[in-house]
Amino acid sequence: MSYTADEMMTVTAARALADGMTCFVGIGLPSEAANLARATHAPGLVLIYESGTIGAKPTALPLSIGDGILAETADCVVSVPEIFNYWLQPGRIDVGFLGAAQLDRFGNINTTVIGADYGDPRVRLPGAGGAPEIAAACREVIVVIRQSHRTFVERVDFVTSVGYGTGAGIRQRLGLTGAGPRRVITDLGVLTPDPVTFELSLTGIYPGVSVADVKDRTRWDLKVSADLSPIPPPTASELAALRALRATLPASGEPAAMEGAA
Amino acid sequence: MAEIVSLAEAIAAAVHDGDSLAMEGFTHLIPHAAGHEVIRQRRRGLTLIRMTPDVIYDQMIGAGCASKLVFSWAGNPGVGSLHRFRDAVENDWPTPLEIEEHSHAGMANRYVAGASGLPFAILRGYRGTSLTTHTSGVAEIECPFTGETLTAVSALRPDVAVIHAQQADRLGNVQFWGITGVQKEAVLAAAHSVVTVEEIVDALPPRIGAVVLPAWTVGFVALVPGGAHPSYAQGYSARDNDFYLAWDAISRDRDAFAAWLDEHVYASSAEAAERPR
Repeated sequence: MSYTADEMMTVTAARALADGMTCFVGIGLPSEAANLARATHAPGLVLIYESGTIGAKPTALPLSIGDGILAETADCVVSVPEIFNYWLQPGRIDVGFLGAAQLDRFGNINTTVIGADYGDPRVRLPGAGGAPEIAAACREVIVVIRQSHRTFVERVDFVTSVGYGTGAGIRQRLGLTGAGPRRVITDLGVLTPDPVTFELSLTGIYPGVSVADVKDRTRWDLKVSADLSPIPPPTASELAALRALRATLPASGEPAAMEGAA
Repeated sequence: MAEIVSLAEAIAAAVHDGDSLAMEGFTHLIPHAAGHEVIRQRRRGLTLIRMTPDVIYDQMIGAGCASKLVFSWAGNPGVGSLHRFRDAVENDWPTPLEIEEHSHAGMANRYVAGASGLPFAILRGYRGTSLTTHTSGVAEIECPFTGETLTAVSALRPDVAVIHAQQADRLGNVQFWGITGVQKEAVLAAAHSVVTVEEIVDALPPRIGAVVLPAWTVGFVALVPGGAHPSYAQGYSARDNDFYLAWDAISRDRDAFAAWLDEHVYASSAEAAERPR
């Protein structure tokens, strides 16, 4: 069965979520992947949206993080100060699922401005939303991002959310309690941080993609793991579930890749 | 004590040129009709405060009401950019827009501090981000008990808060439920407030989990059924996702936006404009 690079990415992201985990979900690609996981191998995945909906079980993909279906199907609904202070901040949540407009070799995320001059940006992006504290406090972070020269940059123009800063020891020094971006899932493969240097390296690759392809779409000199593993293609049932989910979006509703948590 | 008045009267009395104005509602219960009334009354020089500026502030910024925006996430959820906001930031159109940006956790805590009558709030946040370089009102603070370095964010104390709720009673007690966001904190942090409601009832039915704002915490209440559209009011209406998608094309082009504003905001009275569409 044929499939697109985006479908491969979303399926790979969904596979990263285990049943029973608690997951803080950003809108767009992360929400699609988290809902795919719930619809397939992880029916007990606890979806938490920053609108305060805890344990949401939407039957249709929400367009925003506060669609009515999230509140109607949630285990509980709490206020916005409460979701950040009582639920996210203490490190109660297993996985934070984020998107990014730019990402660097240490997994730092930019969703604020493109261009070196903050006061006169080339492109004004939505900004931080919940992402800085999701990236800081969730036990681990998964980033979902389409890989290109535009997105995979040597240095992000603005650090909206901290990955590993400039390398080993930075998260501890900053008092960031979670483990940071343990996985970056793109439309070409999967990157994970080196256990010593914390620089992202390519550890998984999709069918039909070459290492040269991945390096070609990365602005830094990407390291490739000695045990680079091939990632199996989507199964027929994964694809069917994903397409059924996507069919529930309003016409022309596209998961926006550039958004962080909304 | 809350006064029950028309929307036009409430905005005329509560919102003045140069005010800081917080119109809250987190995806749900966004007070769009009140935003249109601010545009119709041609308020200028406002400092607009809101976690997610969303389509409501995109409209007000494009209409020239704002000189500053305080926010944490300025996008059209699930759709893409806010084009009027971007045009203001990138091209100073229709007027320059100063920005002050935070994270959601920071903004939520700033409202909590304002509602609590405290000068600042404390959280674990912002550390290591570029936000600390570009945003005032964020500072490191040492815990007096453990020595841990934490982040302080300054309180938000808007001149006016505007929210939309499901119900008020005839005394002006207000009740809302579903996703309740940061509206309670915004109203309690602000000097003045306006609440638009879906309906006015003789007595508020007890509802577990609802937020109730007693009448003596509220300035003005106005009956505006459908006043959250294209946002929604749980139990009354559904989010008009098609409008959010359509807004992308309307707002991308200055002329298309101006035509939309003429037809849907300026050409209508508060009462006529906000009938459910």
